[in-house]
Amino acid sequence: MTSTTPVSVAADATARPSPKSPAAAAPPPAARRSARRRELGACGVLMTPFFVLLVTVFLIPVATAVYLSFFSDDQPGLGFGPERTVFAGLRNYTAVLADPTFLAGLGVVALYCLVYIPLMVTGALVLALLLDSGVVRLKGTVQLALFLPHAVPGIIAALIWLYLYTPGISPVIDLLGRADITIDFLGVHTVLPSIVNIALWSNLGYNMVVFYAALQAVPREVLEASVVDGAGPVRTALQIKAPLVRSSIVMVAMFTLIFALQLFTEPMLLSQSTPMINSRFSPSMYIYDAAFTRNNYGLAAAASVVLLLCTIALSYGVTRWTNRADAAEEAAR
Amino acid sequence: MSASTVSRTASPLRPRLLGRSVVNLVVLVSVLYTLLPVLWLVLASTKDRDALFSSDILSLSGFSFVQNMKDLFAMDGGLFGRWYGNSLLYAVLGAALGALISIACGYAFDKYRFAHKEKLFGLVLAAVMVPQTVLALPLYLMASGTGLVNTFWAVFIPVLFNPFGVYLGRIFSQGYVPDEVLEAARMDGAGELAAYFRVALRMLGPGLVTIFLFQLTAIWNNFFLPMVMLSDQDLYPVSLGLYSWNSAASVSPEYYPVVIMGSLLAVLPLILAFALLQRFWRSGLTAGAVK
Repeated sequence: MTSTTPVSVAADATARPSPKSPAAAAPPPAARRSARRRELGACGVLMTPFFVLLVTVFLIPVATAVYLSFFSDDQPGLGFGPERTVFAGLRNYTAVLADPTFLAGLGVVALYCLVYIPLMVTGALVLALLLDSGVVRLKGTVQLALFLPHAVPGIIAALIWLYLYTPGISPVIDLLGRADITIDFLGVHTVLPSIVNIALWSNLGYNMVVFYAALQAVPREVLEASVVDGAGPVRTALQIKAPLVRSSIVMVAMFTLIFALQLFTEPMLLSQSTPMINSRFSPSMYIYDAAFTRNNYGLAAAASVVLLLCTIALSYGVTRWTNRADAAEEAAR
Repeated sequence: MSASTVSRTASPLRPRLLGRSVVNLVVLVSVLYTLLPVLWLVLASTKDRDALFSSDILSLSGFSFVQNMKDLFAMDGGLFGRWYGNSLLYAVLGAALGALISIACGYAFDKYRFAHKEKLFGLVLAAVMVPQTVLALPLYLMASGTGLVNTFWAVFIPVLFNPFGVYLGRIFSQGYVPDEVLEAARMDGAGELAAYFRVALRMLGPGLVTIFLFQLTAIWNNFFLPMVMLSDQDLYPVSLGLYSWNSAASVSPEYYPVVIMGSLLAVLPLILAFALLQRFWRSGLTAGAVK
């Protein structure tokens, strides 16, 4: 099993020596050169559509975002007269980083990640290990049932749970009410856990299937050896199986992190029904608000560059950390 | 003697039996957690507005499934039908085209050698992690500069871009298309492109279906980009349409039953796609997870 983090895959592929055709079968140089030209031609044809997209909907937009973040619209003469776009240096960045609503948004997302990612990874892993233990009945049906929420679009998942959080509609609140428990799922302290719950519900089954697929690839001999050594099912699961699917765990954690940082859909929908979520609740909502409500493109661009840098730094941190852990493990052997 | 053997065999057996039921209980609770909200959606779609607000989801009073369905398609001059058609167009066409583009590129990354290949591949992988919200404003400005804003193309073109599909395509190509097969095709005098379209693409089938499904899900779920790009309600996909109706519902509650019915219908295509293509994506997902 090779590592799964995108960055380390690239590194693996570079490290691998490129296959050379055996010299015995080598055709004359001219023929080889024309074959090579044909190969490169085909390669270009196959790659061009994707790279046209890469440039137009990825590279140019990222460059534009960076460019815009250094400019701002000036309205000379008390807002009368024509608007001018002027170079602003780092002014947009200082404005964003000094804006308490943006910092609060970063705080919200940090807290969300701290609660959501560990819950998601351990939950999905435990379920996959349980399914792999061979004790669970109706395994196929269980997998499909757990996977089902993945087929529910994010906005619909948020809608369903919004209704389940709404007093008067929700059977959950009704049942709790009969037991004399009143919870406001959209209150000051409950709104973030409520969002975590929506995300967890949507993605738990999908990640479980990813872990389960990885567990299926663990060689049977390894497991038999651990049984011979007298390890019980719990020890086998935690000390043998879980470390062997480490690369899948890192991949799931990484993707969960990247998507968690973009938190937008769920709070955007819930904000229609609760005053606890303002229009700048998360960094993504802040960017949307700055760009399309306040029409402050420079500010929005600076905020998105900050969000991008946070994403890159955190992903890099995760890769570095797991690589170092890998190296430590190698050294311990 | 016999008593001690009995106790020795019974003591490890009892925790195992207990463990078994605890494991099954935990799994059962998780299944209920994932299924009950969907079940609620199904039941709620059969209720008229008064029954919906009575919280008594299991009672049969106020049954109006058919009426809700009629209301849904009649609301605001039949907008929902349009949204549904738009979503199908964006998602099915976009995912099919996008998957073909991605897998061709992934295949080329796997089978051909050229300068700076791994640097380019690194760029592709970097694109996976760039947040959509970062790209949205520049894309909007570009679209308004070219007059594409608030058109079908403003949503359709960006969703074709699927760097993760290229990553998967490269893995699938490594796994499913042996180099010997390509050599054989070349020996038979097939050109490079013919070898790809007639031989390799067929072997990449399950991988193609997997990438298609990933992208179908992503486009069907897409909410941010249409929200930024579209102001004409006739171009909305289902996700954005239901979002706008839900915001209207707090003022005019007659929208609640139609939003719920619309949500139920919005869930169906993906469930159908995953069920019909199960054989393919299971093998595809395994390849993606293990490699």
